[in-house]
Amino acid sequence: MIVDEDEHRGVFTRRALMIMGGQATVLGLLAAKMYRVQVAEGARYTTLAENNRISARLIAPPRGPILDRSGTVLAGNNLNWRALLLAEQTQDVSATLDNFSRIVSLPDHERLRVEREVAHHRSFLPILVREFLSWDDMAKIEANSPDLPGIMVDLGTSRLYPFGARFAHVVGYVAPPSEKDMGDDAMLALPGFRVGRAGMEKSQDFRLRGKAGVVQLEVNAAGRVIREIGRNEGAPGQELGLTIDAELQKAVLARFGDESASAVVMDCRNGEVLAMATNPSFDPSVFASGVSQAQWDALNENRRKPLINKAVSGLYAPGSTFKMAVALAALEAGTLTPADRINCPGHLDVGDTRFHCWRKRGHGRLDLHGALKHSCDVFFYQVALRTGIDRIAAMSHRLGMGTHLDLDLPGQRAGLVPTRFWRLRHGKLWNRGDTIVSGIGQGYIQVTPLQLATYAARIASGRAVVPHLTRTLDNVVQPGAQPEHWPELGLQETNLHAVRHGMWAVVNEGGGTAPIARLPGAQLAGKTGSSQVHRVSRAAREHGFDSSKLPWHLRPHALFVAYAPYNAPRYALAVVIEHGNAGAKAAAPVARDIMRDTLARDPARLQHAPGAHMAEG
Amino acid sequence: MIEQRRLIRAAPSFGLSQKLLGINWLYVALLCLLAGVGYAALYSAAGGSPEPYAARHVLRFGAGLVLMVAIALIDIRVIARLSWPIYGAAIALLLLAALFGHQSKGAQRWIDVGGIQLQPSEFAKIALVLALAHWFHRASWERIGNPLFLVSPAVAVLVPVGLILKEPNLGTAVITALLGAAMFFAAGVRWWKFALIALPVPFAARFAYNHLHDYQKARIDTFLDPETDPLGSGYNILQAKIALGSGGTWGKGFLQGTQGRLNFLPEKQTDFIFTTIGEEFGFAGGVAVLCLLGLIVFGGTLIALRCRHQYGRLVAFGIVFNFFMYVFVNIAMVMGVIPVGGVPLPLVSHGGSAMIMVMIGFGILMSVYVHRDVEFAGPDVGASSG
Repeated sequence: MIVDEDEHRGVFTRRALMIMGGQATVLGLLAAKMYRVQVAEGARYTTLAENNRISARLIAPPRGPILDRSGTVLAGNNLNWRALLLAEQTQDVSATLDNFSRIVSLPDHERLRVEREVAHHRSFLPILVREFLSWDDMAKIEANSPDLPGIMVDLGTSRLYPFGARFAHVVGYVAPPSEKDMGDDAMLALPGFRVGRAGMEKSQDFRLRGKAGVVQLEVNAAGRVIREIGRNEGAPGQELGLTIDAELQKAVLARFGDESASAVVMDCRNGEVLAMATNPSFDPSVFASGVSQAQWDALNENRRKPLINKAVSGLYAPGSTFKMAVALAALEAGTLTPADRINCPGHLDVGDTRFHCWRKRGHGRLDLHGALKHSCDVFFYQVALRTGIDRIAAMSHRLGMGTHLDLDLPGQRAGLVPTRFWRLRHGKLWNRGDTIVSGIGQGYIQVTPLQLATYAARIASGRAVVPHLTRTLDNVVQPGAQPEHWPELGLQETNLHAVRHGMWAVVNEGGGTAPIARLPGAQLAGKTGSSQVHRVSRAAREHGFDSSKLPWHLRPHALFVAYAPYNAPRYALAVVIEHGNAGAKAAAPVARDIMRDTLARDPARLQHAPGAHMAEG
Repeated sequence: MIEQRRLIRAAPSFGLSQKLLGINWLYVALLCLLAGVGYAALYSAAGGSPEPYAARHVLRFGAGLVLMVAIALIDIRVIARLSWPIYGAAIALLLLAALFGHQSKGAQRWIDVGGIQLQPSEFAKIALVLALAHWFHRASWERIGNPLFLVSPAVAVLVPVGLILKEPNLGTAVITALLGAAMFFAAGVRWWKFALIALPVPFAARFAYNHLHDYQKARIDTFLDPETDPLGSGYNILQAKIALGSGGTWGKGFLQGTQGRLNFLPEKQTDFIFTTIGEEFGFAGGVAVLCLLGLIVFGGTLIALRCRHQYGRLVAFGIVFNFFMYVFVNIAMVMGVIPVGGVPLPLVSHGGSAMIMVMIGFGILMSVYVHRDVEFAGPDVGASSG
């Protein structure tokens, strides 16, 4: 056994030494190979290293421009001279920045950002130091280049919004990407790269970005570029053509004046949004270079909410503009016929609650036509009670209200047209009073101006058109531009006609609520509405209440929905004047002027001559 | 019996402080020197800055040293008793990695254990060394001669090799198989038996290759001939050669390398760290590092030779052989002698997982050294003496 152990040890020693010898040989062979590479062939590799080597650099693709429907540039690219820092080419970054700030101003927070990026980025990635350099600055930098190792001047692009605030909500804006955006896309780490943060810039960001190109450069041992070997241009961002008509949008905004307002104009056959205007607005270019805290606070604290795109994010009770939806729900459900008459004594008593008509002495006996024309509240209280909230809600959703519209713009809100189930989910039972106020578009109901315009377009066209802003991508017209693209709503033509005719009467018949919206030479059909933001007490109502004497922020919103021409519907619109008081007084004339401008800009105006067709009296 | 007395040296007073003193501090100094070379190379690879590689390298090495000393104090007989449980755990980890692990850079599979990334294949190699050492430690001379006795350890080698092959990581699988073979060899298995196994290998490989999927064939083709992927590994090899070659005899000087700093060199802080040394310190520096690596290998072998029990000898031998394979594959790869295999240069390359496994290995080696003279008889011996 001891012999066994010794034999073990002996065999192990022999064999371990054998292996060790083998290992020594292998290490020797490696050393020999190293000798060949480093000493024998060293000169050849030294030349290869010192001469030139290939280095690949990404080139940023130009961001796709955003155009209006006639090709006017709403967002383009501006040439932008900027100073970049290549950290690997300087021994001392802070000394370089010291020298730089002596030549061209470099605010402290900018300098901190540069230093942070130097620490985070790989040293061969250029870092943006200053952009929008003037010729003077560039000359100074070039003249002092020996003192500025690592600094280079480079031509980049920056986003340009020629119309400033006027398209800010639709077009949106771009901003530097966040750490989260970066991911593993090296393109986003390029100096000065911007990503879409709002509006179409955001929703079509990936199409607008394009694909980064690659330049292969010969670089010498010091990192200096010797020559360009190959270039793959990548793909520039796609050109995005919007449905917006820039001239019309400008006219709409001009018509708003100082009012806090929003309007949407749509082609009611295919859902193209011709104008989407919100006032007040903001300058989108401030975000491209980083917005200061003071600017941001000022924008956020403004009670007129300039940052909010009221057309898609502003929620308003539709008021009387909702009455067409109630009527269509009742007509389709068979709880109302166009010939049915209902008496309006000026109020409706349910239990011990009295619901008033806007006209204290009442409208007498009315059919649907008269009720829409005079905007009688009691008539629609009764109709709502007959029809029930669930059928009204279903019809509203079908007409585009209280539901999410598939618009290609971020920030859209769905609003609400409640159902009994919705109320139950919130722990309450729906009651008759809730149905009654819903009949005139108050209570829980909330819709956006975009939904109101869609609603008008769907009534006018009988098709489930969906509003959209993308018309062309790289000059290819998108399928939504075809009217046949959108399915029929499936409503009976006689019912639609009754409602449309009522809307026509509002403007064009004696005694209508909005004769002010009458358009000479064209037939405009519309409906007024006002949206309470402040509950009016009964006592105040008895004493001749006048909402225009309220403080601004408590006054009701003024609404108007319309389409034209009545007999061959082409355009639909919705106007909301925030705290504008009555719809007839504040919103109707604005809507009239917008429609006039829209019709005047209709490219088919001369052939169709909409004014020539006169509707039945 | 007098002969046997000689074996019993372990006194009850063989305490902690004595064990600490018993550690081969000269050998530890060699390891520190190698880690120091790593610090300098990583400092240079980061463009002359301790961040982001070198500072973390030192911290990890410090942690590894503490771990190594802690393991060195564990009685080798305790480690021996745990050999097969450790082996079982390693196989379980390989299975886990095969099921849930994530791949990085194409081949090596990793798993996260409480935030620490672990390469089960590295752990499996050490576990295999322990298990095989335990098996052969118990074996009498006649039993080693019995081919049936070799079936179980052969299976113990083939199971992890198969699992690593499945990852798929052909390189590590081959290294593991070689490690197993070296252990068999050191244990005294006869020459002709290796020949018997080695002879059919080419035919078996041919047969297996023909039954692989096309994508698997392509993967092996790329492994065998990196020129089929000129923009991938072929490019790396050329850049590595340019960096090494431009270093010349004496190098460009510390921090004077250009190839790594201009980022022509991929992975310059991990697998290709040796090129930075070669570029800045030249052939002289490269040979010096090779000598240092050789000293560590030979010093480890001496520890194995001085050990008085077969378990310790085999464990020390296996750990040193594994270290040598790392060194050989890495340096041969950097010089384009063998295909790119994704193996770091131990204690020099940046990377925490490999460093910890290497230091665990050296900890076990040091435990063999500290406990080289303990009474540790195999059952065969014990049975005949009792």
